[in-house]
Amino acid sequence: MAIIEAKGLAYAYPGRTNHSIKDLSMTIERGEFVILTGPSGCGKTTLCRCFNGLIPHFYGGKLEGDLTVAGLNVPGHSINELASRVGLVFQNPENQLFALSVEKDVAFGLENLGMPREEIRKRVDWALKTTGIEDLRERAPHELSGGQQQRVAIACVLAMQPDVMVLDEPTSFLDPLGAQRIFEVINGLNKKLGITVILVEHRLDLASRYADHVIIMDKGKIILDGEPRKIFDSEEARLIGVGIPKVTRLYQFLKEQGVLLGKVPVASEEASQLLREVLVRDRG
Amino acid sequence: MIEVKDLYFTYPNGVEALKGVSLTINDGKFVAIMGQNGAGKTTLVKHFNGLLKPTRGEVLVDGVSTKRASVAQLARKVGFVFQNPDHQLFCETVQEEITFALRNFGFKETTIKRRVTWALNLLGLTQYRQTSPFMLSGGERKRVALASVLAWNPEVVILDEPTIGQDYQQKETLRQFIVQLNAQGKTVVVVTHDVEFVAECGPRVVLMLQGRILAEGKAEEVLTDPSLVAQASIVPPQITQTFLGLTDLGLPTNVINVHDASRILLNILEVTQ
Amino acid sequence: MSVFEGFRFRKISSPVHDLDPRVKFLYVCVVFAAAVMFSELLPLILLLLIQVPFILLAGVQRAWLKSMRGASLLALLIFVMNLVSMYLYQGQILLEYSLGMTLRFLVLVESFSIFFLTTSPDQLSLALEQSHVPYEFSFAFTTAVRFVPVLAEEAQTIMDAQRARGLELERGNFLKRVKNYIPILIPLIVNAIRRSLELAEAMESRAWGATEKRTNLYVLKMRGGDYALALISLSMLIMAIYVRLFLPIPSITTLLRL
Repeated sequence: MAIIEAKGLAYAYPGRTNHSIKDLSMTIERGEFVILTGPSGCGKTTLCRCFNGLIPHFYGGKLEGDLTVAGLNVPGHSINELASRVGLVFQNPENQLFALSVEKDVAFGLENLGMPREEIRKRVDWALKTTGIEDLRERAPHELSGGQQQRVAIACVLAMQPDVMVLDEPTSFLDPLGAQRIFEVINGLNKKLGITVILVEHRLDLASRYADHVIIMDKGKIILDGEPRKIFDSEEARLIGVGIPKVTRLYQFLKEQGVLLGKVPVASEEASQLLREVLVRDRG
Repeated sequence: MIEVKDLYFTYPNGVEALKGVSLTINDGKFVAIMGQNGAGKTTLVKHFNGLLKPTRGEVLVDGVSTKRASVAQLARKVGFVFQNPDHQLFCETVQEEITFALRNFGFKETTIKRRVTWALNLLGLTQYRQTSPFMLSGGERKRVALASVLAWNPEVVILDEPTIGQDYQQKETLRQFIVQLNAQGKTVVVVTHDVEFVAECGPRVVLMLQGRILAEGKAEEVLTDPSLVAQASIVPPQITQTFLGLTDLGLPTNVINVHDASRILLNILEVTQ
Repeated sequence: MSVFEGFRFRKISSPVHDLDPRVKFLYVCVVFAAAVMFSELLPLILLLLIQVPFILLAGVQRAWLKSMRGASLLALLIFVMNLVSMYLYQGQILLEYSLGMTLRFLVLVESFSIFFLTTSPDQLSLALEQSHVPYEFSFAFTTAVRFVPVLAEEAQTIMDAQRARGLELERGNFLKRVKNYIPILIPLIVNAIRRSLELAEAMESRAWGATEKRTNLYVLKMRGGDYALALISLSMLIMAIYVRLFLPIPSITTLLRL
């Protein structure tokens, strides 16, 4: 069952002549972990903002084409209505936290929706537990590291119990270990809670192991859309200039010289395993 | 040459960020200072141009103690490209932005004109000469910041987390650029936590942990040592992780980039085929 | 900046910290009104001393002393100015009056200091919200407080970045120094605007403005201690008014002669 359906989507920011996204069509099934990637300026950030209605309601202009998210037609519903179905986590952790304690930040969205206090309390506790930050409950955002702040931001969005979570380069400001932790949290939400995840990322070596659907954009259009391994191995991906995982590159180098691994690896563990098979077979 | 001698530094709020760091960076070297966020990397490099002065110990730039020189004097030799270009950009045009530092350092007008044209050319920004830096994209603003530092031709160039938010192509261009700078004789110091980027560049790596230097050496030695990696909480390059899972088959452990990995594997397979 | 330290909230567990901020604010207002009612030394000294038990109960003595120390310069200025102006206007040295004006200032600093030292910004914003101040205002207040340390850090980073380009902030005459702050101010302002945009996006994405009736995770409830303080404050106010209207207040000089 498709949770996001886009047909012929196009948008130009007001005042700009060229479109940031052009004739974009795609389907995302419920429960998928999607990686959305592409060179800077390809339109992935613009697309993210369409999912929760920031485009067109916050940015203005006209969103052409059709976009249905969690059953709601985007231009026809306000950002507030979409907020309980689609959550958006942004790149800079600092600028998503406004309150003076983590708890109040996580409660923010629920307070906005006018939920009863007991419900807010329950959801805040649940969101803090699920993201593993219960011990940060009383802390002020300024005291937290970037990684901790991003986990708070995820908890803030999670508390609203959306069907879809969109994360726009959430690990840009984090070191690789912090990034890994965030991906693990996101993966947990996807696999255990069934939340559909759309992750915009450049760091494919850390993130691609979790994805079951990859979309690569360039210059406002979707160029590649499908199964991760096939896409990362494709010539087009390399030409667009996407940072495909190093182990996938290794697979390609070996293939060029006639050495074929069992399948296309995207993570180091499976690459080890596949190389082991080839090396052992070769010796034996 | 930059010499760091038993450097201790405590911030005004009482946090001891550096606890006895000693390091020598010779002219023309390419060094990557790595470690987790909070290890003290940026604190360390801010001593190289005098932005921070040692609480204890000494930092010498070409034999002169930073305690006895002003930031402006040291900056003439040691260029610092900050992580976020938006912390620097304030002029009406890109040209003025690049001129700013040159004027501060007292260059002659004719020299300034020449240097500005050269810097614009070098970073591919000539068409933006009269453009407002605020109108440019993120990547372009980074290039303007870099151009404004290179314009005054410092001997040492420090880049603080230059790969943040960059896509693959931009990182590749940056990598080639840095290698070129180094080839031209400049000392390049890159502060980064991006292991894959370092794995592709192959500089000397200084690994920091909680205000101390944990290890120093070639990238392929430091980034592949499991105990160092575990202590410093860094994630080794994917290729390294792959090979670490194959040590029992006699594969070398100090591999960090794809080309070397592929060469080694093909050799092994060719030999036994 | 140590004078500001005397007003920054301290997270200490004390009965005063737990009091309802609205009642504490009532207390501050009463002290303000009482201080303004009197220019005689005796009642002002009384007002100054009457607050000391609160300070001790709250455990914020050291911080409070910092605020008083910070205020002392201004207090001295007030004293001297009053002395001089009274001399010029009335031809005599009115020691008690000038001391009185100084004391009034110190009493106000004292009460505000206690208030801010024992009330977290969170509690303050909650108090604003529940006092039917429009949510936009209390939100603006909390957000501003939340970002003060962030902006301070950013200002420092910008100064570092520009100094690294040869900008010398300490040199030059007054005019040049002012001009030298342009490369600091512009990035600061531009970044603040960019930050606001990002904040707005995040707010909208979390259903800002979804309903008129916004609920809250916490609620301020008046308890025993709060009613007690409210009662004390009101009785203080009544006493002050009574004394002002009906009782003559001896000056210190007359007291000393006795």
